[in-house]
Amino acid sequence: MSQISELETPGKRSLRKIWVDAKEQIRYIPLSGWLFAALISVLLEQFLGNPFAHALGISKAPVLFGFVLALSQPALIPSAIAYVVVIYLLPVLIVGKLTEKITNRLSTWLIGYPIVISAIIHIALLYATLQIWSSISDYRVLVLKLTLIAIIVTLSLNVVNGYMGEFSCSHPGFLAVGAYVASVLTVLFFVDDTVFGTALLPKSLAPFGFPIVLVISGLVTAVSALLVAIPSFRTRGDYLAIISLAFMFIIKSTVENLEVIGGARGFSGQPDLASLPVVFIWTILSIWIINNFVRSTVGKALNAVRDGELAAEAMTVNTRRTKTIAFLFAAFWAGVAGGLFAHVLRYVNPGTFGIQKLAEVLAMVYFGGLNSVVGSVVGAVSLTVLGEALRPLEIYKWIIIPVMLILVMVYRPSGLISFKELDIKKLLKPKQKPEKEEEEKYGLA
Amino acid sequence: MALLEVKNMTHYFGGLRAVHDFNLAIDPGQIRGLIGPNGAGKTTIFNLITGIYKPSEGEITLDGQNLVGLRPNEVAERGLGRTFQNLRLWRHMNVLDHVKLARYSKISYGLVGAFLGTPKRNREEEQIEAMAMDLLELVGIRHLADQIVTNLPYGAQRRVELARALATDPKILFLDEPTAGMNPEELLEMLAIVRQVHKQIGLAIFLIEHRMKVVMDLCEMIQTLVFGEVIAEGTPEEIRNDPKVIEAYLGREVET
Repeated sequence: MSQISELETPGKRSLRKIWVDAKEQIRYIPLSGWLFAALISVLLEQFLGNPFAHALGISKAPVLFGFVLALSQPALIPSAIAYVVVIYLLPVLIVGKLTEKITNRLSTWLIGYPIVISAIIHIALLYATLQIWSSISDYRVLVLKLTLIAIIVTLSLNVVNGYMGEFSCSHPGFLAVGAYVASVLTVLFFVDDTVFGTALLPKSLAPFGFPIVLVISGLVTAVSALLVAIPSFRTRGDYLAIISLAFMFIIKSTVENLEVIGGARGFSGQPDLASLPVVFIWTILSIWIINNFVRSTVGKALNAVRDGELAAEAMTVNTRRTKTIAFLFAAFWAGVAGGLFAHVLRYVNPGTFGIQKLAEVLAMVYFGGLNSVVGSVVGAVSLTVLGEALRPLEIYKWIIIPVMLILVMVYRPSGLISFKELDIKKLLKPKQKPEKEEEEKYGLA
Repeated sequence: MALLEVKNMTHYFGGLRAVHDFNLAIDPGQIRGLIGPNGAGKTTIFNLITGIYKPSEGEITLDGQNLVGLRPNEVAERGLGRTFQNLRLWRHMNVLDHVKLARYSKISYGLVGAFLGTPKRNREEEQIEAMAMDLLELVGIRHLADQIVTNLPYGAQRRVELARALATDPKILFLDEPTAGMNPEELLEMLAIVRQVHKQIGLAIFLIEHRMKVVMDLCEMIQTLVFGEVIAEGTPEEIRNDPKVIEAYLGREVET
C-alpha cells in the first residue's frame, strides 16, 4: 500500500488523500442520517431554490439537477453546477455530518424494535423527501412516477434474466397486458364514457378499487405468461428468448387490431388514480416482496437452476415448477407496473410496448447489475433520469446512452452492482465507530 | 429386504447398448463399490438410477418404492443423494446456501412465506441454517460457510458436494468418484470423512471409483463393470484376485 503511493506523484497522492479523508468523514452516517439530510436539502430548495436561481442568473430552479439547463444553454453550466452544489451537495453533506450522532442514536434506538417500525420510518423520510422535491414542478412528479414504475419493471425482469439466468423478451408484452386490463377495468367501473357506458360503481370507490384492479391486472398478466412458460420450460435451452419475443409481438398486434380498446389509436380516459403516494407504495411493496423472495431458500433455487440445472434437480429442486413460478411472479409485477403506467400517463397506445421498450428495460437490468435488487434500482433510476436529462441533446442521446452501456459491459460485464444481496437489517443499522477504534484513539491522545 | 434393488436393467443409447442386464441389491448401511475401466458405463448406471436417463428395461426400487420414470428431483426426494464426478457446484452461491438449498423439497413455508417473509419462514430458515452448519461441521468446512464456492480449493469443493448431498436426508448416497483429481493428502482426508459420515449417519453408500486403494479400503462388496456388463462381483479380496478383472484392467498375457 505505502509502496504504491510512494510511486505516485505528490499531486495524485494528495488527491487520493482528500478522497480517503472525505470517505472517512462520511463513513459513519447511517441511512437515516442521509435521508434526513436529503429532506433538509429539498426543504432548502423549496424556500431558497428560486431566489438562489435568480441570483445565479437562471430564471427558475432547474428541474432535473441542472442537466437540461446545462445542455440547452451551455453558458449557464457554471450556474447549474453552483446550484447543485449549494442546494443539494453541501447541505446533504453538512447536515448529514452534523446530525451523525443524533441519527446514529435514533438508528440504535430503532434497532431494538421490530424491523418493520424502523423500515417504515425510513420509508416515510424518503417519501417526504421525494414529495417535497417533486412539488416544485409537475414535470418532476411525472419523471418521479415513471422512475418508480421503471424500478418495478426492472426488478421483475431481473428475476428472470438475472436471478434465473434465462433470457426473456416478453416484458413489454406483459406491460401492455397489465396496462390494458387495468385501463379497461377502471374505465368500466369508475368512469362514464362512450365505449363502456356509465360507471358500474360509484366514483368515490375508485381509490379503493384501484389496488384490486392492479392485482387483477397482475394476475391476468401472470396467466398470459403461462402461454410463454408452458412451451419454453418443457425443455432445456434458449427457447424462452424466441418464444417470449414472439409473445411480445403477438400482444402488440392483437391490441392494434382490437377496435373496442382503440386499436392503434390507443386508449384514453383512465381516471387519475395513480398519484405519487400510490405509485410509491406499490414500488416499495414490489421491492420488499421481490427481495424477500430472492433471499429465501425457495428463491435461491433460481440461482441453482441458472448455475447448474442438473445439480439442482439432484438436490430435490423441481426445476420446471421453479422456473414457471418465477416467470409468472415476474409477469405479475410487470402487469402491476403496466397498470400504474397507464394511469400515470392516462393514455396508452400499442406503439409504446414495442421493441424500443424492450431495449430500454433490458438496458436497465444489465446496466444496473444482474442478480441484485440494489442494482436494478440503480439501473432503473439512472437510465430513466439520464434519458430525461439528456433530452435536449435529441438524437445524440441515443449515442451517449448506448456508449455508456457498452462501457459498463466492458468494465463490469454483469452490471454496476451485480450479485449483491440486499439485507434490509444491515441497511438500516447504525454506523457507529467500533468501540475498539475509539479506545485506540483515546489511547493515542 | 434390500434397501435399493435394481433388477435386469438394460439401456440403449440409440443402437448402442450401454448397460446390459445390470443387477444390484444394497442393504441398509452397506458400502458397495462399482469399478471398471473408462467408458465401461459406470456413470451411466448412476444416471439411470437417479432418473437422469430412463432405463430401456428393468426395475429399480428404493425401500419398496418404484423409481423408474421419476424425474431426478423426485428420485432425490425419495432418499437418494448423489455427488457428481466433475463438480457441479453453483458458482455464484456461497457454501452455506449450497447446503441449505438441498432442503428445498422439505421446506414447508411455501410461496406465501417466501414472498412475505413470515415469522414461520424465518424460523424455518434458521432451522435449516443450523442443520446445514452441523453438516458443514461434519465434513470439516464450517469455517468456509460464507465463502463463494469458486474461491475454494478443490478438496473443499468436493466436501461441499458431499455436505450438500447429505442435506437431502438420503437413505442411500451415490458417490461418483469422490476422490477424482485429489492429491494423496486430500484423498486420505476424504476417505476419513466418508467413513465418519457412514459411521455417524449409518446410511448406505454406493460409489464409483477409479483408485483401487479407495474401493478396497471402503467397500464391503465390489462389482466390476466392463462394456456395460458386470463381469465380477465379490469382496475386495475376491475382486483383487479375479482373473477376469485383472484381464480387463491389465490385459491378457500373450501365450507363447
